[in-house]
Amino acid sequence: MAFNHKHLIDITEYSDTDLMTILETAKAFSQVNERAIKKVPTLKGKTIVNMFNEPSTRTRSSFELAEKRLSADTLNFGGSSTSTVKGESLIDTVMTLNSYKIDMIVVRDKHAGAPYIITQSSPVSVIDAGDGKHGHPTQALLDLYSIWERKHDFCGLKVGIVGDISHSRVCGSLIPALKIMGAEVTIVAPGTLIPAAPEVLGADHVSYCLDDVLPELDVVYMLRIQRERLEGAPFPSLREYHQLFGLTKKREHLMKPDAIICHPGPINRGVEFDSYMADHPERSVILDQVYAGICVRMAALYLLLGGADNGLAS
Amino acid sequence: MSTSSPKAVIMDEAAVSRAMTRIAHEILERNEGCDNLAIVGIVTRGDLLAKELVEHIKDIEGVDVPLGSLDISFYRDDFQTHFSPEVHATDIPFDVDGKRIVLVDDILYTGRTIRCALDAIMDLGRPSRVELAVLVDRGHRELPICPDFVGKNVPSSHEENVRLYLKDVDGRTAVEITDVAAGAHVGSAPLGGE
Amino acid sequence: MALLLKNAHIVDPAAGLDGVADVLVEGERIARVGENLDAADAEVIDLAGKYLVPGLVDMHVHLREPGYEHKEDIESGTRAAAHGGFTGVCSMPNTDPVTDNGVTIEYVKSVAAAKGHCRVFPSGAMTKGLKGEIISEMGDMVAHGCVAFTDDGRGIQGAGMLRRAMDYGKMFGKVFMSHCQDEDLVGDGQVNEGAVSTRLGLLGWPAAGEELQISRDIAIAELTGAKLHIQHISTAHGVELVREAKAKGLPVTCEATPHHMFLTEDAIDGTYNTSLKVNPPLRTAADAEAVIAGVIDGTVDAIVTDHAPHADWEKAREFELAPFGMIGLETSLGLVYTNLVKTGKISLARMVELMAIGPRRILGVEPVSIAAGSLADITVFDPEATWTVTADGFESQAKNSGFIGASITGRATDVFVGGVATMRDGVVC
Repeated sequence: MAFNHKHLIDITEYSDTDLMTILETAKAFSQVNERAIKKVPTLKGKTIVNMFNEPSTRTRSSFELAEKRLSADTLNFGGSSTSTVKGESLIDTVMTLNSYKIDMIVVRDKHAGAPYIITQSSPVSVIDAGDGKHGHPTQALLDLYSIWERKHDFCGLKVGIVGDISHSRVCGSLIPALKIMGAEVTIVAPGTLIPAAPEVLGADHVSYCLDDVLPELDVVYMLRIQRERLEGAPFPSLREYHQLFGLTKKREHLMKPDAIICHPGPINRGVEFDSYMADHPERSVILDQVYAGICVRMAALYLLLGGADNGLAS
Repeated sequence: MSTSSPKAVIMDEAAVSRAMTRIAHEILERNEGCDNLAIVGIVTRGDLLAKELVEHIKDIEGVDVPLGSLDISFYRDDFQTHFSPEVHATDIPFDVDGKRIVLVDDILYTGRTIRCALDAIMDLGRPSRVELAVLVDRGHRELPICPDFVGKNVPSSHEENVRLYLKDVDGRTAVEITDVAAGAHVGSAPLGGE
Repeated sequence: MALLLKNAHIVDPAAGLDGVADVLVEGERIARVGENLDAADAEVIDLAGKYLVPGLVDMHVHLREPGYEHKEDIESGTRAAAHGGFTGVCSMPNTDPVTDNGVTIEYVKSVAAAKGHCRVFPSGAMTKGLKGEIISEMGDMVAHGCVAFTDDGRGIQGAGMLRRAMDYGKMFGKVFMSHCQDEDLVGDGQVNEGAVSTRLGLLGWPAAGEELQISRDIAIAELTGAKLHIQHISTAHGVELVREAKAKGLPVTCEATPHHMFLTEDAIDGTYNTSLKVNPPLRTAADAEAVIAGVIDGTVDAIVTDHAPHADWEKAREFELAPFGMIGLETSLGLVYTNLVKTGKISLARMVELMAIGPRRILGVEPVSIAAGSLADITVFDPEATWTVTADGFESQAKNSGFIGASITGRATDVFVGGVATMRDGVVC
């Protein structure tokens, strides 16, 4: 079993075997995270830069914890103090970081393609922690992990993704990842939130009606409605959105008895779902996803930094 | 990946079995029974030997001693060169605090694996003492580590590999010595053959 | 001194020429064209094996001066033009200050006269500051030599504004050149809306955003009677709209770029190559084919480059932050010859119409032909020269070509403007 990846940016470059390796490794790290001493010395002496060029609390915290639990040295670089704010280009900033003799860059950027630019200006491994509307591969991995823990098999699994698909970096990675694992993906949203060509991401079906598709779904993945991005008014009101696309107690009778609910967080109660569904003890795996985030990020860091030739085990 | 055919078979199935039986007796003797005792094997193969020890102890004392397995991937100091993406689960289904733990491995060589295992055990809790049982001690220690129970001492050179094969996973039980092919992995054989 | 260009294969549909002959140039004009010419004292240049055509004109070029000399200036831009085989370019007015008055037109002309390597026909803005609010001083600009009006780069958003500009400016007889982009629909669109915008997570620039304004501008041209020229047409439906307008007899022309014909959105991948970020964006393969079909059937009147130089550091950044545009002057002739002429899609005579005759006709500048009395603006190219586009092969200050790595057959070797060599044997003079 070989794992020949240097970067985690484009999830379509990963095979189903690669993705399963990450999930299995994440499971091993889950044991570490359950212990009293939640730390292993694996990445002792490695320096990882968390380059967050746009605000992020959750993803950055999750990466930071994952890095620290692997004993890596971490440097948080970004926010309003970044040199990009001072007019420096991304490439110049990365070349500066190179001079710190680092081993990996974890990058969040509001512009699609920024992680690729970094791979061209730095010799180190790069993990995309979300780039513009393009991708967010570790989110996809933690989603896969949470689904795998509950469903054990992706083949033929029917996953519905509901909400703002067109502005979602999550979908850019999650839909292809689900397809690689053999799941069937339906996207559900008003036309204003559906991208121009959902089929290129791998979506099998497009629906405007949640009630129509709900009875089929094994996994209902609710995307966050970004209140801050509503100036373009893709729908008339949060109230109407909630009525048409909100996962509410009233809709539960349409769901399969074992259907689960995912959400990348942070959640909007009263928009994507009501509290009954958000907190549903059997169905909601939202907090499991947060926990899975640390495990899969530890796995990704471990696998990408592993070995002199990145996974080419001698 | 191929290694050359064995130069010598150091222990056959019967020899391995006799050694394990003796080690079981020695463990019980040294610990005056099996009170508070637990056996922890290092994957891969140390865990299988540990299981065998637990069965011997059951035969001798009639007691089920707690059994655990330990994966040391996350503790290796040669992570850069001996990276394997295959991580096996650590399974210690008991509280290690205050236990007398016997660590079990197949071949003792540089001692680095045992150093990792000690770190890993300590991160799980505080055992009252840790002892080390190995089937083969081939010498060449690089760390101050000394086994408490040894199946067989086998002088070897750096240019040789000493490997245990077990019937359950390899189809045969034997300890074999081979020349190291250039670039070949020194250490345990992959499970299920090469 | 006289110049005798011998043994080239002359192709000029305006003069009805297609065969080997000699050209005698005296002063800035052609004195004689014929077989086995002889002239004492003339410098003789043997052009056997090469094609000789009326000097090429690119009617859509950003020379960037004044204001953006770090991208390109008039000297380097016209040097690139000569290197690409062009004897003249029409400069775009999105300079700083904007070329929206007679003084700036005069500045462009005077720098071109002093330092240029080809003729520069300046266009002027339709509205002051390209803001789409107030008609620019068209009369003053025409008096100083402005050949056309355009708000290229943005386009006029208000239909009423466009109508006023055309109704006012039509008395000068110049063409109105439209950059068609409905800003409300296009927004911050980065690439063609569809598969690539979805895959790369970039905002889409829908074909309809261009077609709506093509349709609107044709209607306003019909309403006002002004001459309309659609710039850098990129969509199948856009070509169809122009075809229909021409069938109705409206004074509408259009142009197409090599990149919209020979590149498609599929070239834009996970490497986010910003040299492929152009406006309008690279479209689908079906669109590119439709544009080529328009070139073949006469719907498209001119091939232009929309040469849009940018500094390396402006393009070497996040796709969404990089400016639109690619350079084109030095690859246009070779790309057209390789992809359209050599493949038999168009004749060499048609290429001359698209790259020499059509642009002059649309801009209303003096026609050039390979005939006695004509201005001696001449392009000579080697149809056998094979070369690969490389970043360090450009005379332009900029290197933002989407064709780097492309294999090309055909390259200009000698260029004469008014009888003066601006390139000899591939070296710009």
